[in-house]
Amino acid sequence: MSDQRIRFYQTGTFTVGNRLLDPSDRAVQASTARANALTSGHRACQGCGEALGARYVLDAAMRATGNQLIAVNATGCLEVFTTPSPETAWQLPWLHSLFGNAAAVATGVAAAMRVKGKPVRVIAQGGDGGTTDIGFGCLSGMFERNDDVLYVCYDNEGYMNTGVQRSSATPPTARTATTPAMGPERGNVFGTGKSLPLLAMAHNLPYVATATVADLHDLEAKVTCAMGIHGARYLHVLVPCPLGWGHPTDETIRMARLAAECGLFPVFEAVDGEVVSSTPIRRRVPVEAYLRGQKRFAHLFDGPTPDPRIARLQALADQNIRRFRLQPEVTP
Amino acid sequence: MKLPFAITLDPGSSRHNHTGAWRTQRPVYVDRLPPCNATCPAGENIQHWLFLAESGDYRAAWEAILADNPLPAVMGRACYHTCETACNRAKVDEAVGIHAIERFLGDLAIEHKWPAPPCAPATGKKVLVIGAGPSGLAAAYHLARLGHAVTIRDAMPRAGGMMRYGIPRYRLPREIVDAEIQRIVDLGVTLELGVRVDDLPGAIAAGGFDACFAAVGAHLAKRIDLPAPDATRILDAIGLLREIEQGGVAPLLGRRVVVYGGGNTALDVARTARRMGAADAVIVYRRTQAEMPAHEDELREALEEGVQVRWLSTVASLGDGDITIEKMRMTLAGPVPTGEFETIAGDTLVLALGQAVDLAPLRAVPGVAFTRDGSVEVDGALMTGHPGLFCGGDMVPAERTITVAVGHGKKAARHIDAYLRGTTYAPAPKHAPATLERLNPWYYSDAERTVQPQLEMARRQGTFEEVHGGLDTSTALFEARRCLSCGNCFECDNCFGVCPDNAVIKLGPGLGFRIDLDFCKGCGLCAKECPCGAIDMIAEQT
Repeated sequence: MSDQRIRFYQTGTFTVGNRLLDPSDRAVQASTARANALTSGHRACQGCGEALGARYVLDAAMRATGNQLIAVNATGCLEVFTTPSPETAWQLPWLHSLFGNAAAVATGVAAAMRVKGKPVRVIAQGGDGGTTDIGFGCLSGMFERNDDVLYVCYDNEGYMNTGVQRSSATPPTARTATTPAMGPERGNVFGTGKSLPLLAMAHNLPYVATATVADLHDLEAKVTCAMGIHGARYLHVLVPCPLGWGHPTDETIRMARLAAECGLFPVFEAVDGEVVSSTPIRRRVPVEAYLRGQKRFAHLFDGPTPDPRIARLQALADQNIRRFRLQPEVTP
Repeated sequence: MKLPFAITLDPGSSRHNHTGAWRTQRPVYVDRLPPCNATCPAGENIQHWLFLAESGDYRAAWEAILADNPLPAVMGRACYHTCETACNRAKVDEAVGIHAIERFLGDLAIEHKWPAPPCAPATGKKVLVIGAGPSGLAAAYHLARLGHAVTIRDAMPRAGGMMRYGIPRYRLPREIVDAEIQRIVDLGVTLELGVRVDDLPGAIAAGGFDACFAAVGAHLAKRIDLPAPDATRILDAIGLLREIEQGGVAPLLGRRVVVYGGGNTALDVARTARRMGAADAVIVYRRTQAEMPAHEDELREALEEGVQVRWLSTVASLGDGDITIEKMRMTLAGPVPTGEFETIAGDTLVLALGQAVDLAPLRAVPGVAFTRDGSVEVDGALMTGHPGLFCGGDMVPAERTITVAVGHGKKAARHIDAYLRGTTYAPAPKHAPATLERLNPWYYSDAERTVQPQLEMARRQGTFEEVHGGLDTSTALFEARRCLSCGNCFECDNCFGVCPDNAVIKLGPGLGFRIDLDFCKGCGLCAKECPCGAIDMIAEQT
């Protein structure tokens, strides 16, 4: 009896905090002393995943750096909803220049801090449009030069700010303004797009990780780990968008959870170009459970028989599960 | 400051922009009624005392139990825990072992000799309680706590009622019963034993009592006539258990004991017979296992100990060293005889066919009415037609369990208190139920139920030692923390963490959270991600 290992229970690590946990085991977000780097009054939509993700990342980074942090922002929702002149929701030094140059500006800020001899760290951040499409040239340069910047991409899989257009992070079959649900192949087509985490790994970065807003402890641990390393680092955070994805505003976290639990969004860490760990799927669900909750995939379910492309998406999820070992106990 | 064209706000924080104006619905913190609390016949606030136990504050948890039930160590053993059947966690993995934690807390209190919380100032009112069983003791406890002078009278030489004379020792050790009764006596309750009350109005008038609570139980065995060469070989179950407890001459059971009946008492007798050396203990029950009123766990344990059961059978007659049973057949109307007989070995037949209430003392009391099945009629306040006379426990129409009895004691005490003060007692309205659908079980990790240690089989068949062991400090804490806290905030900080607008204000330990309506946009994430369903979204008035 007495040798029973106390694994987890109501005080487990899945909630943000808990009165029964040692404060050091609680998330940064559980503390009233958190930086609130992104504060109230911002104009993000109800239930915005990106607003949540940005606060999670920056609060954790503020704690990890003792508040010695500057953020550089690409154009996008995150810039627009936080800083409509003359007011701002940022509670840390924050800089915005252009859509495509956040990585280059961050390189410059990091160089300036080095020249001035200040131990101030730099985060560059943007949405998937500013990262995977428009800012990719500058980002690849920053990666290749191994500049001392953590680049964070908040991936909501499209250009949501300008009216939900397709980006190179939009998944196949998703309906956007530029991939409408009409014609012979409705929604975004298969065989397009790119995986920025894998591209970042191809630059042999010291640290690459993916995370979602559904697993706060995992996300905070990765930010803390990244801030403990110097050089170019990349963090890719899945942030569901109620507007662009077409799910209820209270389902933002659930959608992020389902994306990871079905395998479509693999959560892993890579060091020096090699995957070193992955967050195992806890309760695996078929991709359908994830797709059904979103209007951008509604056309997959409006026919008399299941759309065969659901099976293709399931194959992508299964491939991720094999490739990133998301279910280590399952042998093929 | 002169602002540029089209700029209406000073440079500065976005907090000037009250996004709460967008809201069409708002989150509201609520308390819901957890299923354990909802089903507890004693009305325990189980979720609340588990919450206290989870932080290791066992004394506060124990005192929270005592607010409703003065017998936690007894209850943790003898209650059939409907709370665990209802537990939401049972649908996630396995129910929380509530009874085991309650027993742990009760035993801890006995070990440390924790006294009951102090009584209210004396009211000068006197209450007579008849029957020192669980119902009478519970009523006495609550009445004493409320400041009334209580006298308990019981016909038996020792207090406890069915806790002593009905439930065998291997389920409920007597030192536990003694310790919990002593704690109630220590409140200043007068205990008069070996006193049978036959003239109720006379006893009330003679003692100058202002009210009376009668809970004498149901201890008259129901009998049937059977052709038998030797009537001494037919015993009644409740009388047998009482005789064994009183330690007189051990009744001659013989080597092969047949028990007729399908209730918990039948199992108690069969298990007792095994412990007294009977080679065979056979239960004869006229329906099937599905209809058996006995508790499932009791049956399982009895079978483990070698008790046999003849389903769909009735006893037809007794022979010399054997008993003839008739096979039955189940129909929609119930079991019907098949005319097929079988003779089984049996030295003694024990009848466990239920118990009736001894209504004699109440027959002559003016105003008291009876139900057709021989119980006392009471109103919603457990009062009989005779003003000031209340009844509870096995005497009144209800399920006959120790927990129901304790619940009646509490309920009667509250109504008697109101009666004595010339008011009426109205219980607080109940919260809406905390259903599993409202919970977000993702946040609770898998944690298997802690198994209580059991006595080894050889000693379960030969001695009256307690079958189930208790939890220790670490396993009790583990088990308490398996509680999902259904419908009641347990301060996990999820709402505080998941708000994209920082519109949840954390008030500090024990104080919970508040919504900052200046900034809450009403997205509903806090309510959706609340593990225990303690947030409602309600529409804004437009």
